[in-house]
This record gives sequence, structure tokens and C-alpha cells, in this order.
Amino acid sequence: MSAQSAFHESAGTNLNAQSLRADARRESLRLLALLAPSLFLVFAITIVPIGWLFWLSLFDEAGAFSAANYARFFEQASYIKTFVTTFKVAFIVTGACVLLGYPLAYMLSQLTRRAASICLIFVILPFWTSVLVRTYAWLVILQRKGLINSWLIDLGVISQPLSLANNLSGVVIGMTHILLPFLVLPLYASMKTIDTDCLRAGMNLGAGPAATFRQIFFPLSLPGLASGVVIVFVLCLGFFVTPALMGGGKVIMWAMRMEQTTSLYSNWGAGAALGVVLLVVTLALLGLFQWLLGARATGVWSSR
Amino acid sequence: MAGDTITVASWGGTYQEAQTKAFFKPTADALGITIREDTTNGLDDVRLQVTGNAVKWDITELGADECARGSKEGLFEKLDYGIIDKSGINPKLVHDDWVGISYTSVVLIYRTDVFGDKGPKTWADFWNVEKFPGRRALSGSQATETLSVAALAEGIPIDKVYPVDIDGALKSVDKIRGHVDAWWTSGAQAMQLVKDGEVDMASIWNGRAGTLKKEGAPVSFSFDQGVLTADCMVIPKGAKNKDAAMKALAMFVSPQLQANLPLYVDNGPVNEKAFETGKIPQDRIKDINSSPENVKTQVLQDAEFWRDTLVEATEKFNNLIQQ
Repeated sequence: MSAQSAFHESAGTNLNAQSLRADARRESLRLLALLAPSLFLVFAITIVPIGWLFWLSLFDEAGAFSAANYARFFEQASYIKTFVTTFKVAFIVTGACVLLGYPLAYMLSQLTRRAASICLIFVILPFWTSVLVRTYAWLVILQRKGLINSWLIDLGVISQPLSLANNLSGVVIGMTHILLPFLVLPLYASMKTIDTDCLRAGMNLGAGPAATFRQIFFPLSLPGLASGVVIVFVLCLGFFVTPALMGGGKVIMWAMRMEQTTSLYSNWGAGAALGVVLLVVTLALLGLFQWLLGARATGVWSSR
Repeated sequence: MAGDTITVASWGGTYQEAQTKAFFKPTADALGITIREDTTNGLDDVRLQVTGNAVKWDITELGADECARGSKEGLFEKLDYGIIDKSGINPKLVHDDWVGISYTSVVLIYRTDVFGDKGPKTWADFWNVEKFPGRRALSGSQATETLSVAALAEGIPIDKVYPVDIDGALKSVDKIRGHVDAWWTSGAQAMQLVKDGEVDMASIWNGRAGTLKKEGAPVSFSFDQGVLTADCMVIPKGAKNKDAAMKALAMFVSPQLQANLPLYVDNGPVNEKAFETGKIPQDRIKDINSSPENVKTQVLQDAEFWRDTLVEATEKFNNLIQQ
């Protein structure tokens, strides 16, 4: 390194450095040109439609430029209510996924490779089944005369059926089931990369199993956990099928409201405004996550 | 003309299968044209095609209130009543650019394994939670229908329901909403709620109610205090085969083909002359929601009333049921 810079200095002139810089510029331009088709694609299929959506949201039913589509959120109480419900459901479902998914991923990571792949199939299998089918299946299990209530009543555990479907609990159960793999898979992947030597070293230095887990394994698994949490949370915000079928019309989430609004109003702007709000809030939340958890936790979109 | 191909869009499912047998096939045979079929989600689809200059349908079905709204937005072609014979169709469903095609009724259904034959018969009964305890479902997606039955529940006679006193109807919904266990958003969902015993009584479309009965579910319903909602057909503006579509539409609403519809499905014909064709068996007529007898006991939803009030009423309704 020092020999090289010594050589450059001994060459003396700026000429050489200048042509090197020009070369580097040309090189990066060429690379950019290689990148251009994909950049164009991203621009054409992501940026332009979103921009257009935003543009549409600024026009009212008469086609005039106005903020009416946004003002509506404050004039009609149900929009705020829907917004709060959406986030409430997203928080509860994400929490439930973490509580269920972390121990599951931990168990998977401790199994032998063969046993783990068999168990992973059980995690992934429902993943391949239609969301609609799974949601109806939950309805059959949870409703008033469904499996759980019939069993519990037959066993004499309860006398009145529990309200498990057509309300918030139904939505949470159904969504947790669907979103669990999105948490388990990244978490499992990150747990598998944890170097077991680190754990052994910890034990060697006198830490018990609990302390080793708490001080070494858990912190090292955090990036995977954060990725999973972000994916699950963001997917929750846009969920449609499960709340529509399991919520009994009482749990209205943002995507359902978009559908309603699009058919109710004659201008696309009314529905577009809802889309814009959801997008902005989601991006703001991702920013917040990144700021709170640090770059390492945001492996979903950073190069790590 | 002969040899033309037109595309007709409807709601899919058993209803469209019935339309194929009752309307589309006989029309195609008679006119020597080919009728291709598609399915629609409603007014949004038409709006998307017309405003996007990509009209792929020559005729499409909509709900009557959607037709009234789409007409106001100028989404449809004018209909030629020189070709389409409008006699026998309720004048409220005959307009410059849309015409009625069939009727659905919103009816009160209850489970006979819970109530025997002493279940709620009127909407006032449905609203009476002391006399008729049990779980209830109403439509959450069709504010117009729920507000209509809410007005009936207040004891308003069927010929006075329209124009609906929206604030009064909302007050009526306010009284029952705490006792509603599910607000259904699709016909299939309403059916499932009743079929699985998730609720003991519900508002439901008569086609779904009829299916439940045929499947042997312990349910009872009648057309007393039903709410008749019409479906309509339109030619989207810019349709490519407008002339053939006009002739086909004239066939669809003709008494002969209208009389075919109730042979395959529970949606009643919109042309009352269908009942005079002799095609419909006498014992079937009493089960058809638009038969002259049954029409007398029901409220006809006023599409033009909802055209002007739908948005405001729906927003208020949503505010209420989401409290």
C-alpha cells in the first residue's frame, strides 16, 4: 500500500491521477448503463404508479384539485377508527407471532439438520395453502358451533360458547397463523448462522445456560427477529381477506376500507388517498424501526 | 348482425349460469350471434373500462343504484326503446341508459331449530331483543338495504319507506347495533352465518335463503316486509358492438326469456308479463319474489333516491356500526 502511494507520488504529475479518475468515472457510467434497464423497470412499475396514485388522490369527485379526500379522514369518525383498529391488530398479531415464533425458531435451530427440515416442512406447508381456505378452516374451528366450542361444552369446561370468531380474537388467530412463517423463516435463518463456538466460549467462562442464552444467543438473534417483526407488521397493515371473513364486519381494517371507498365514491382519488396514507405511514414506521433498532436490525432492505 | 360476437358480464356463480340458460343461449340462437361471457365486480369495473378507454363488454349487469350512479357519471350508452320493449317493466326501472333485468329480495330468515315456527316475522320482531333473544346478523356492506329494513323496523308502512328518512333509519340501526353479532359483507357470508348456526336470525338475499332451504337447513323466511332490489343492465359507453347488444338486451327483457329465469334461479323476472306467458308453473309462482302477489308485501328500493344519498348515508352508517 505504502509502496504504491510512494510510486504515485514519485510519478509526480497530476496527469496520471486525473486520467485514473476519468477512467473511474467512465467505469461507473458504464456500470450505471448496465443498471439502467432495471432502474427503468423499477421506475416504470413502482415509482410511476405510486406517483400517479398520489396525483389521483388530489382530485375530488367533480374532478377539481382539492384536499377533500384527505379531509374526509377527519370529518368521518370511522376512518380514524379504522386506522386505530388496523394498528391495534398489527401490534397484537406481531406480538403473538413473536411469542409463538421465537421459541419455535429456537427449537428448530437446535434440532439436527434432518429433523429441522422435517419440522420446517410443517411450518412451510400451510404457507402454500390458499389464505382463503385457511381462513374458512379457522371459521369452522372457532365459530359458536365450531370444533373448539363443541368440545369444550361437551367436556363441561364451559356452558356458554366462547366468542372466538366474528370479532377481534378471530382476526388475530387467523392472521397469526398466516403470518407466523414470515417471522419464523428469517429468524431461523439468522439463528442458524450463530456460531456455536461463541456459546461454548461463554459456558467455558462460567456462564450458565440461561446466562449464555440471554447474553450471547439472544442478542445475536436480534437482527433476524427484527427482520421478521418488520415483515409481519407491514404485511398486517395491508391485510384484507382474514379480517373481512373473520371480523364479522366489526373489525374493519385499512385495506377493507380502501375496497369500500373505491366502490362508494365515483372518483379514484377517494381510495387512492387511503393508499397514500397507508404507504406514508408504513414508510415512516420503517424509518422509525431503523432509527430505533439500528442498521443491523434492518437487514430486510440493507445489504446485510 | 348475424355472426356478430358480443360480450356480456354478470355476477358469475349460479346466478349467471341461470342467466346463460334463460337469456344468453336462447338469444344467441335466435339472433345468430355469439355471446361471450365475463364476470363483473360492479360499477368500478365499468368506470375503469370507460374512463380508461378500454371497454371490453357490450352489456353488463349492475345493481340498480349502481346504474343510477353510473348514469349520472355518463358511463353508459343511451338505450333505444324502439328496439327494447319496455312494457311490463316497472317504470322506475326504465331509464334513458339503463333498464331493470331481475329482482333480488332482502328477506328476514330465522332458524327453526331455535324458534320453531314462532320466529321473528317482521323487522320490528327482529329489533325486539327481549321477545326474540338470539344472535343476529345484518348487512354491513349494503347500507341501503340495512337502512331500508331499519325503517321498516320502526313500523313505517311499506309504501312510506321511500324516501327513507336516513337520520331516523340510522337511529333505528343505533338501537339494534349492540345486538348484532356479525355485519355480513357478502351473500356467501350471510349464508354461512345462518347455515352454521353462528346467528339465529339475519337479513339475507332470497336466493341465498332459498339455497339454504333446499340444502335442508332448518330455516324459515317469507317475502313479507322484504326489500326488493333490482338489478339492471347497461351498454357501457364505447361498447364495440352496440347495435347487436341493443337487440340482445331487447331479448333479455322480453317476457318469454324473462319467464325462463325463475325456472333456474330464485331471482325474479323484472318483466311482469313473464307471469302471463304460462311458462312458469303455478306452484312455482308463489315462491318468486317478483310475482304480483309477493310484490305487494315488499318495498321496492328506489335507485334514484340512493343515487343522490348513498355516499353520505353509507359514511354515516359506517360511523355508526364501527363505534
